[in-house]
Amino acid sequence: MSPTRIPAESAELLSFQGVRFAVDGEREILHGVSLSVAPAAVTVLAGPSGAGKSTLLRLGNRLDIPSAGSVRFRGEDSSVIDPRELRRRVGMVFQTPVPFAGSVRANLKVGAPQGGDEELGRSLERVGLEGSLLDRVADDLSGGEAQRMCIARTLLTHPEVILMDEPTSALDHENRLGIERLAKELAHEGIGILWVSHDLAQVRRIADHAVVLIDGRNASIEETAAYLDQGISEDES
Amino acid sequence: MSATQIGWAGLLGSFVLVVVAVALSFSQRLQLSRSMLWASARAAVQLLLVGFALRLVLDSNASVWWAWLWVVIMIGFAGFTIRSRAKEIPGIFLLGTLSMLTVVVVSLSVIFGFHVFPIEGRTIVPIAGMMIGNSMTACVLVGRRIVGELSEKRDEVEARLALGQSWQDASRPYVRSALRTALVPQIESTKAVGLVFLPGAMTGLVLAGVDAVNAVTVQLAIMYLILGSVATSVTVIGLGLTRRVFTPDHRMRSIARATS
Repeated sequence: MSPTRIPAESAELLSFQGVRFAVDGEREILHGVSLSVAPAAVTVLAGPSGAGKSTLLRLGNRLDIPSAGSVRFRGEDSSVIDPRELRRRVGMVFQTPVPFAGSVRANLKVGAPQGGDEELGRSLERVGLEGSLLDRVADDLSGGEAQRMCIARTLLTHPEVILMDEPTSALDHENRLGIERLAKELAHEGIGILWVSHDLAQVRRIADHAVVLIDGRNASIEETAAYLDQGISEDES
Repeated sequence: MSATQIGWAGLLGSFVLVVVAVALSFSQRLQLSRSMLWASARAAVQLLLVGFALRLVLDSNASVWWAWLWVVIMIGFAGFTIRSRAKEIPGIFLLGTLSMLTVVVVSLSVIFGFHVFPIEGRTIVPIAGMMIGNSMTACVLVGRRIVGELSEKRDEVEARLALGQSWQDASRPYVRSALRTALVPQIESTKAVGLVFLPGAMTGLVLAGVDAVNAVTVQLAIMYLILGSVATSVTVIGLGLTRRVFTPDHRMRSIARATS
């Protein structure tokens, strides 16, 4: 499916409406961005570096709050939802894998404090790792394994949306493709994925929908088309 | 002259050692001679002023309220000192002062509650001074460690928050590590006491002619108090400071990295 820009009024799993964000209330990075994350699909948030993509993602998980506009989860303003509950339903995977000190089991238990070995092992298998990794020291995992473990950790909170902030940028090509396939599988299972990328070849590989940000605002239809076409010509050259 | 009274001549005699230090600095071209003389003179003036003031406060006819007033002033000064040593930490003055107040209330309640010492100016002021002095250093250390640890591990803390942990749970491993770092030196010095060095209070009592075992029991009581005080102050400032790093809705504020 070719990437299309989703109108803000479409499916309301997670939506950003006229969102503005200023660092420490001064320098504005986002100037009224709107977009929606569709269920059971990969929505890619594309755009050049510094466009405000990662900042927008942090607003979705409420690690930051918008200075104006609103973030809605299932139609409800996220500011009235308990942030801990919101974050378990809107999970987040970071650019660089962030394993915590200790075993893989201890890491997974942050996502599922009551989880037994069987449940934790299943979560590893779901992301393409072996269940027997539970006793491994998390810091000893390779980059690809660590990022998969981080996704498993997030999946244990049973999210309906996963925000992925350039999750493959620190990985080699093979692992990159593996994580992309995993994201598609998770979307197939019904989870809405919002994936940040400035790799246009990747955008074309994984996007069911694409939204382009330029300088902290939604790109116009013409700008979106020009940005994505530019990617095609670059790939072909 | 008794063992506790060295007199002005004795003090002047001890100054010979400062002259030796200055001579060494001069011969080795350390360029510290002026600093040494200034530090020695300043210490003499400060301590003599304190001594004369204490003489009034500790006089057996003086009201015990003068001693309490002295303690309040010490707490305030400790707050200012903590702030001046760790300016980069937000709200450190209030937290430091609150921490010192807690230490004094807890330690003096134990001391006087269990009748370890009588409630008199000569016990209130030095005990409170020792508790505050030791806790102050630990507070600065733990404040810097917590800010350093949380800013260095920001990615991990936010990854924990992103998984739905509360700020208390998300910060716990890093705050715990900072608290341990601040407490370990006190525990180590408590372990080494007597083997490596003879602590000040005990040395003073022995010099004053008190029986060595009696001096030891007093010193032990003081060391236990110091350990308890440092643990209390470090915990108060640690938890208070961590609370300031996060918003009530479990977001991490931007914090400046502590400079060493």
